Amino acid sequence: MSEAPAGRALLSGDEAVALAARQAGVQLGTGYPGTPSTEILEAFHHYGGRAQWAPNEKVALEVGIGVAFSGARALVTMKHVGLNVAADPLFTVAYTGVSGALVIVSADDPGMASSQNEQDNRRLAAAAGVPMLEPADSQEAYDFTLLAIEVSERWGIPVLLRMTTRVCHSMTVVQTPGYPAPPPKPVRYERDIPSRVMIPAYARPAHRRLRAKLAEIAAWNEREGPIALVEGNRKLGILTSGVAYQHVREAAPEASVLKPGMTHPAPVGRMREFAAGVERCLVLEEGDPYLLETARVAGIDADGKPEMYRFGELTVGRVRRILAGDTTPEPRPAAGKPPALCQGCPHRVVFTALKNLDCIVSGDIGCYSLGVLPPFEAMDTLVCMGAAIGIGLGMRHVLPAGQARRVVSVIGDSTFVHSGLTGLVEMVYNPPPGGHLVLILDNGTTAMTGMQEHPGTGRRLDHSRTGKFVFEDFARSLGIREVHVTDPTLDPGAFQDLVKRCLESGELAVIIARRNCLLAAAAIREYEQCENATDD
Amino acid sequence: MPRTTSIVIAGLGGQGVLKASDIVAEVAFRAGLDVKKSEIHGMSQRGGSVTSDVRFGDRVFSPMTPEGEADFLVVLAEDQVEVNRAALAPGGVLIEPACIDTRKLRNKKTLNVALLGVLSRRLEFSADAWRAAIAAKLPEKLHEANFEAFELGRQS
Repeated sequence: MSEAPAGRALLSGDEAVALAARQAGVQLGTGYPGTPSTEILEAFHHYGGRAQWAPNEKVALEVGIGVAFSGARALVTMKHVGLNVAADPLFTVAYTGVSGALVIVSADDPGMASSQNEQDNRRLAAAAGVPMLEPADSQEAYDFTLLAIEVSERWGIPVLLRMTTRVCHSMTVVQTPGYPAPPPKPVRYERDIPSRVMIPAYARPAHRRLRAKLAEIAAWNEREGPIALVEGNRKLGILTSGVAYQHVREAAPEASVLKPGMTHPAPVGRMREFAAGVERCLVLEEGDPYLLETARVAGIDADGKPEMYRFGELTVGRVRRILAGDTTPEPRPAAGKPPALCQGCPHRVVFTALKNLDCIVSGDIGCYSLGVLPPFEAMDTLVCMGAAIGIGLGMRHVLPAGQARRVVSVIGDSTFVHSGLTGLVEMVYNPPPGGHLVLILDNGTTAMTGMQEHPGTGRRLDHSRTGKFVFEDFARSLGIREVHVTDPTLDPGAFQDLVKRCLESGELAVIIARRNCLLAAAAIREYEQCENATDD
Repeated sequence: MPRTTSIVIAGLGGQGVLKASDIVAEVAFRAGLDVKKSEIHGMSQRGGSVTSDVRFGDRVFSPMTPEGEADFLVVLAEDQVEVNRAALAPGGVLIEPACIDTRKLRNKKTLNVALLGVLSRRLEFSADAWRAAIAAKLPEKLHEANFEAFELGRQS
């Protein structure tokens, strides 16, 4: 545990969120690792907060809801696609509301530095009906986390803190104390059945209550919301949000700028007033035309960016192009060296075998996604966390027998715990006629996001020992007879033969390829030694 | 208002690009300037190209250096020079391994700090301020080797 920095500090947006949460006395931080959100909970732990990894984002949000139903403060973190997994509880906790504070961080990844899509979760805030704050730098990440706690408690509503890669990972100067931390409240359970039990009879009035809260919050946002206004010249007014604000200020220092910090419910009155005061109002935002559509629905006369700038991150250069009306093709950046599986990585043995056997590989999310690149090119599909198993089964169901028996589902350890369990249940419940093979690549860590623990490692976020999910026990408990546990690096030839035998058997089979990640191995040995020392 | 100084540091995963940008950001931060540092995490440990931007001045807006506006481009791997050259402003300064006699580098892992030594001669921060930033960002057992590398670069 390290001291939380006081006064002036250079922090990433992720660290700033963690610092604010710690200073506000947030009782529990939970989430699932995902770039660019992972460092929030790690920093929260380092600052002395109680932080834990959940098996997936849905469970994390549910735990957070329980904390906030009990009158305490919860911080729940995830990357943008994680909010899809957590969408089920999100849409209904908006109705129930909370007694304490529930702040949900969605870290979006425009440009897909490390993601499978670039969905704009501002639309999810609007769809679920939850207030959303969009910080533009680390100072705002700090201030808005505190404001989110305040709004959540004042209106009894979950709040989405929507960050993006550049806000999460850029380091900028933070002055603390900034926005004042809301005073702590006593934690106790108060029974309120009609607010908390969402049977239709109680959910109908709950939906009306939600809309009434949002109307109040919208009025507050107009009056006192975190709105940045730059009074520049009247020729051009730019409406913007998040990190795009920084690019705009640099590219158009003379322009008038309005940046709402809370973009749902948006301060449309202030936006209208701003647009009316300038000759031309342009909405410059990263990703989808969310703010533009909000403005236009409110009858505000504003232009947006050309469609080509919906894709990828905005930069100062791209904002200049938009301002100049330049829609000529953009120069392609010179190609750098792509990432690759580490030399000596145990996944290399697996993908070499799959390539040699000409498998049709239904892949998943993790380091092993790199199996798609040369020299392996041994991955045929990748959609979302856990999808390897379901997609592999679907292919097995319909492909001609010759192709079907080449289909393999490949999934990592952390990903399997996240959302592979139900896929394996599906395999047993609806087995394809020719059987199926699931390969669980267990490297003892959540490697891709930077070596986080998960239930299968048997260690918590702080690396202390806890209950352990055992992959092979789970698979056997479903009645799968062919369950093999092997270190593929010991004898790559034997590993390939095992895969071949399983494919030819026509049975349901699970192979757990177990070998610690090279980058994590030393640390894992150290944790295990500490555990053994404690046992003595 | 004095203009923002923009530095782009580039190399391959594992070379210490991010550590070098941490040190530059730290020295500017300690001088009381506004500082922004930007990078993309995630894939960096898998040996791919890594770049990090550090910008400082009275007030910095974008955390990313606009293309063609870097005052300094520090590249840790010769094969990454051409890939990143477009970052450099006209008249901007390229700092690459060839700027120093790398044979004199006792520990190859200190190349990043040696190139910061080269950079340091062109910035207004004192050698002591640089050493303090290096000490703040590296574990104590690495201080000696890195001070030495810094000095090698600074004298080159």
